[in-house]
Amino acid sequence: MSTTNKPVKTSSRPGRTLAILALVLIAMTTLVFVQGATSVRLGLDLRGGTSVTLQPRIAPGDEGKITSEAIDQAVSIIRQRVNSLGVAESEVAAQGSGTNRQIVISVPGDTGRRVVELVGQTAELRFRQVLASASGVPTAGDATATPVAGVSADTNAKFAALDCTKAENLQGTGADAPSDTLVACDRAGGTKYILAPAEVLGRQISKASAGLDTQAGSAWYVSLTFNNEGTSAFGALTSRVTSLPEPTNQVAIVLDGLVVSSPRITEAIPSGTAQITGSFTQLEAQDLANVLKYGALPLAFDRGEVQQVSPTLGADQLNAGLLAGALGLGLVMIYSLLYYRGLGIVTVGSLTIAGGLVYLLFLLLGQWIGFTLTLAGIAGAIVAIGVTADSFIIYFERIRDEMREGRSLRTAVETGWVRARRTILVADFVSLIAAALLYFFAVGGVRGFAFTLGLTTLVDLIVVFAFTKPLVQVLSRISFFSSGHSLSGFSSKSLGTVVSKEA
Amino acid sequence: MSKMSGLGGRLYRGETAIEFIGKRRRWYAVSALFVLASIAALSLQGLHLGIEFKGGSSFTVNKATATIEQARTAVEATGVPGELIVQKIGSDKVRVQTGALDTVQNNAVQDALAAQFGVSVESIDTQIIGPSWGKEITRKAIYGLVGFLIVVMLYLAMAFEPKMSIAAIVAVVHDVFITVGIYALVGFDVTPATIIGFLTILGYSLYDTVVVFDKVRENTKSITSTSSKTYSQAVNHAVNQTLVRSANTSLIALIPVGSILFVGAGLLGAGTLKDLSLALFIGLAVGTYSSIFIAPPVLAQLREKEPAMQALSKRVNARSGGTGETANVVEAVNGRGPRNQPKRKGRK
Repeated sequence: MSTTNKPVKTSSRPGRTLAILALVLIAMTTLVFVQGATSVRLGLDLRGGTSVTLQPRIAPGDEGKITSEAIDQAVSIIRQRVNSLGVAESEVAAQGSGTNRQIVISVPGDTGRRVVELVGQTAELRFRQVLASASGVPTAGDATATPVAGVSADTNAKFAALDCTKAENLQGTGADAPSDTLVACDRAGGTKYILAPAEVLGRQISKASAGLDTQAGSAWYVSLTFNNEGTSAFGALTSRVTSLPEPTNQVAIVLDGLVVSSPRITEAIPSGTAQITGSFTQLEAQDLANVLKYGALPLAFDRGEVQQVSPTLGADQLNAGLLAGALGLGLVMIYSLLYYRGLGIVTVGSLTIAGGLVYLLFLLLGQWIGFTLTLAGIAGAIVAIGVTADSFIIYFERIRDEMREGRSLRTAVETGWVRARRTILVADFVSLIAAALLYFFAVGGVRGFAFTLGLTTLVDLIVVFAFTKPLVQVLSRISFFSSGHSLSGFSSKSLGTVVSKEA
Repeated sequence: MSKMSGLGGRLYRGETAIEFIGKRRRWYAVSALFVLASIAALSLQGLHLGIEFKGGSSFTVNKATATIEQARTAVEATGVPGELIVQKIGSDKVRVQTGALDTVQNNAVQDALAAQFGVSVESIDTQIIGPSWGKEITRKAIYGLVGFLIVVMLYLAMAFEPKMSIAAIVAVVHDVFITVGIYALVGFDVTPATIIGFLTILGYSLYDTVVVFDKVRENTKSITSTSSKTYSQAVNHAVNQTLVRSANTSLIALIPVGSILFVGAGLLGAGTLKDLSLALFIGLAVGTYSSIFIAPPVLAQLREKEPAMQALSKRVNARSGGTGETANVVEAVNGRGPRNQPKRKGRK
């Protein structure tokens, strides 16, 4: 069975296909302007910013805790925290599938360290009564250190040995069980505490905000409101400790194993609303309010990756990516013009159309699904220039093969297409499988690469079917090509069909 | 250029035939040598993994006057543990890489560098990788690789023939081995961008192989009903016919990748673009080789074991006056193709 005997379909109308493609392009361009998506959304590596990737921390025996719901909940809590920074276009998203997911936080601009610290506070907030406190240096062997009554000797020894000036003790563990008596440092490392089991939990807070007490000068305070459960728990805690001696009348707010604040309880608070006053700056008060409000993350996380790109480097990388793209595209066009002569025009035209289509899709997808172009994405698009040009070469070489078998150009354009089409489809499909698997298995930059590679492969298919093939069909009717002009790329010399004459 | 086109014509008609299948032992030997060298390099030197896989921090200061010594002194003064790697990147940047640090230590290093060079903390390009992150990335890369091979194998088995998919996978595994081997041997840094490059190569190498196999399938569709060519001869003819296309597409694929490499290495000095394009550049070259010299001979060898193909070889050998021994198939191919025309010397 050979395709040569099949009647060649000449009824296909190349003009109509080209017109439809033109209409689609015009429609897409219009849509771009209607939706106001006139610039490609750039990733942080191209415009500067900070991105943090968080990975759920799996404590032994805790494997079941990392559920899809818990991660979704964590995402929305972190999103609220990040939004509280007030930086436009900040993003918090979970990547990956099922329980094997990471949370990626991207904040553009110069907020670097604050973002890292803010989202780093990932464990649950707890209120614990202070049993003892001391300055943060170790007191082991110090004669003045008196064991605290009512806690185990083991805890006392740990308390005495704890050195809050050491960085590793200020990391937070997130591993403190609410029912344990805890030995902890404060965040600055200046004080250490023995803390009673937790009595109020972060999830029992319904509201927290920072405010400015104008009457007492310019003192910032944090006010918080508990839910029903929290109101009775907090009421019981405060009424019990308020009459106790220093420092047992303090309640420590503990986050991730570190004391954020340890306000002294001056009166019993049965109403469910409380104020924390102290020498807060505005920033400290707001950050504490955020911790109180959004502190209750259902999971503990490890910082997998933190990337901080300055706007200068971003601009450099963008320029380099664009330059590499222009250079690659230009050289491929020149090469195909030199090799395929007149037919090279088809390659140049097809690559231009493909480039335009990809650009329009970048704009629209940025608007529709929040697609952002990263450096790896640009690289994917550049690599795809090769894949796209490859499709044309498969087709052109097929046409030339058909002509070597003695067919006329007009026939060869059709029979060659039937054979080339299959090869192009199979080859592009393999490319799509690669892109799809890369996208689903990978995180971060790799996903950006896979996405553009897949997108450009699809565009390649559209362009080959809706532009290259019809255009070659149209050109095959022009005598410059069909007569085998020496510059057409179809001359018998370039096909090598007149070897014997020259030998 | 037109000389090359003329060559394409002769290759197409089988007047000029290069022995890809017949001399397969030679190509296998070359590849075996490379694979062995790769294994040796891997086991002796190992891969030079970037901080993304080991955990660690990288700080880049953008200041033309910054020197390596200044940066080293400033960071060492903070007392962070582990070995420091300080490099000049391009003409105006200095990069400090440390081991895995915690937040406090990272901030200390940032502050020290900012104070030393009089720049703001925000202008220091920073990358901090947690110690467990590398394992995660490695695990995902391996999942991706295995998943890819399985899916592609199934797809090729459905779209073509099961034996073609085996031959294609052999070629791909060959490519990965040699590319990784080159990385171990030369000591290039392996970063996630390199891994992207590796995975893309798989796709591209298969793409090349698919095109060759498509032609093979076309040439061998009804091969058992004739007795003009053995399966090996038909495969060899197909490879020769697609040779010009393979050369062209490889070149065209290398041009954009070369541009990225040139810009990435030349202008940016280091980073995603350089790592990615370097892996692609090396992989594309290896992939082109394997789609011509490895995949088709493996396929021919697998298919020649089939009784139908052995019977075919006997018929072909009998016709061409051979001894009829299938063992001599390889020798029989060694001629000038089926037409037995005198080989033309190259055109002027």
